[in-house]
Amino acid sequence: MANQPQESNEARALEQQIAELQQAAESDEVSRAEMERLQAQLQSLRRKPSSKHNGAWDRVLLARHPSRPYTLDYIDLLFTDFTELHGDRRFGDDPAIVGGPARFEGKPVLVVGHQKGRDTKQKLARNFGMAKPEGYRKALRLMQLAAKFGLPIVTLVDTPAAYPGIGAEERGQAEAIAYNLKEIPKLRVPLLVIIHGEGGSGGALGIAVGDHVVMMANAVYSVIPPESCSSILWRDWDHKEEAASILKLTAEDLHGLGIVDEVAPEPPGGSHTDPKAAAELLRPVVRAGLSRLASLPAEQLVKRRHERLRRLATFIS
Amino acid sequence: MSWFHKEKQPLEAPKAKRVQTEGLWIKCENCKQPLWKKDLEANLFCCPKCNRHFRMTARDRLQMLFDEGVYTEHDQGIRSSDPLHFKDTKAYRDRLKKAQRETGLDDALLTGEGLLEGRRVIICAMEFQFISGSMGAAVGEKITRAIDRCIAGKLPLVIISCSAGARMMEGAVSLMQMAKVSAALARLEEARVPYISVLTDPTTGGVSASFAMLGDLNIAEPGALIGFAGPRVIEQTLRQKLPDGFQRSEFLLEHGMLDAIVPRKEQKGYVSRVLGLLAAPGASGEDPAS
Repeated sequence: MANQPQESNEARALEQQIAELQQAAESDEVSRAEMERLQAQLQSLRRKPSSKHNGAWDRVLLARHPSRPYTLDYIDLLFTDFTELHGDRRFGDDPAIVGGPARFEGKPVLVVGHQKGRDTKQKLARNFGMAKPEGYRKALRLMQLAAKFGLPIVTLVDTPAAYPGIGAEERGQAEAIAYNLKEIPKLRVPLLVIIHGEGGSGGALGIAVGDHVVMMANAVYSVIPPESCSSILWRDWDHKEEAASILKLTAEDLHGLGIVDEVAPEPPGGSHTDPKAAAELLRPVVRAGLSRLASLPAEQLVKRRHERLRRLATFIS
Repeated sequence: MSWFHKEKQPLEAPKAKRVQTEGLWIKCENCKQPLWKKDLEANLFCCPKCNRHFRMTARDRLQMLFDEGVYTEHDQGIRSSDPLHFKDTKAYRDRLKKAQRETGLDDALLTGEGLLEGRRVIICAMEFQFISGSMGAAVGEKITRAIDRCIAGKLPLVIISCSAGARMMEGAVSLMQMAKVSAALARLEEARVPYISVLTDPTTGGVSASFAMLGDLNIAEPGALIGFAGPRVIEQTLRQKLPDGFQRSEFLLEHGMLDAIVPRKEQKGYVSRVLGLLAAPGASGEDPAS
């Protein structure tokens, strides 16, 4: 996998040894002790900041890591009674976006988000998490349903981009995203947005307008993929690491710019090392976010949302 | 080598000869006819022979639409602060300075207030020569302020888009402008003030995926490239050639994304007529006769 983060050879060697010991450890006490020692060593190695040579590009690789938990994994780990609803009632059902009502710690909410596929078949079915107009229209339909019944909305963002294809253009990809950007701010219910993987430009933003925007520590959010940025500015893909760093796409960078309100922690080494732990680290963030927003009357919530968007400006006048 | 051996290399066309009248003549890319620049200007930058619509500067746009070309410019001096301190092969600051020098503008958008066939309106025009008309914080802020003025004064809004999309050099800050401007348009909608979006060649990316597609009317000039993803990106993704006319105004009209294609010469009259119909007295706009 070309996308695997360039973890040190040391870590990879340790993983290898652990895997080899795994079977023996079932019956052999010594092997188990050795395995546990190696596991501890690996943990501490991963706890070290991974930003030795290029932090931003490492984050891009972590955000795209093939074992990173996806939206449905978080739904499974954090919510109960999830009832997936399909279709935009206009053209079709886009599997790159999933959503429906569910319960978070007993309380009804609406969850919606991008969904990537795990194996090749799923990847194709989910179109690598790249939504088409019908996906954005489905997301809005579900959000409006939530607003009708007063359910807070939890949006889980993880997409490389909106799909650049012929059919998507024919059906108005630009219009679908634009319309969401105009309609989502009107919803009179709390909008909690969690960018947990890739925040790919307009494809992410099309559902990611919110009252409180959280980004997981190793997620990225960018106006353009570093590869494309490199090919525009340097006319090749060889400067993608540099592009990643100048685009300021990490959670800390965006928090610093005021675009992201909160950075949620991940397990040492990244969410892919322990999806359950990642979800448990996210749980208090969701709980606190929802309860804080729930205390605001709808009128104030919408007003505050517009003010928040209005502040997203840095210019000289 | 046989006598009938074919040259492998295609014959190269001779390099265009530089003539002394350089700058006075221009060649139409569509009908390949040489055009006298003054003729082109007099014809609102449309080819007198094939009616191909050439790009116009933001200033020429405002000149063309406002009565006698008279307008008051708003929000001058709003400039990019280079929030990311972006530097690739060249510093973004230097790119900005160069664009400012070449266009005489602070950023890629010009806002004017004035009369359009006697009706007071606000018009924003994008300047493609300024870093491909891309939207960063300055453009986003200027449009938002124009919307605020329209709400406060119940003035119709016209935005003429001409942009490659969000400005890469301002990263996610540019991306946020899409949300900011679109949310402001939701407030304009609530105030029932008409907004006409005029899409010109090209309107793509973050601009088409925000305010350009959100007009009460979305009208386009003939033959303009309009879409979310640029054609090159789609070709690279699909690894196939795109059909002729894909993502052109006529294609969008056929797919239900535009209200009309309006040739440049009819634009002013069209906008005026529509505003007269929508902004009737007693609704939201003002009575042009008053």
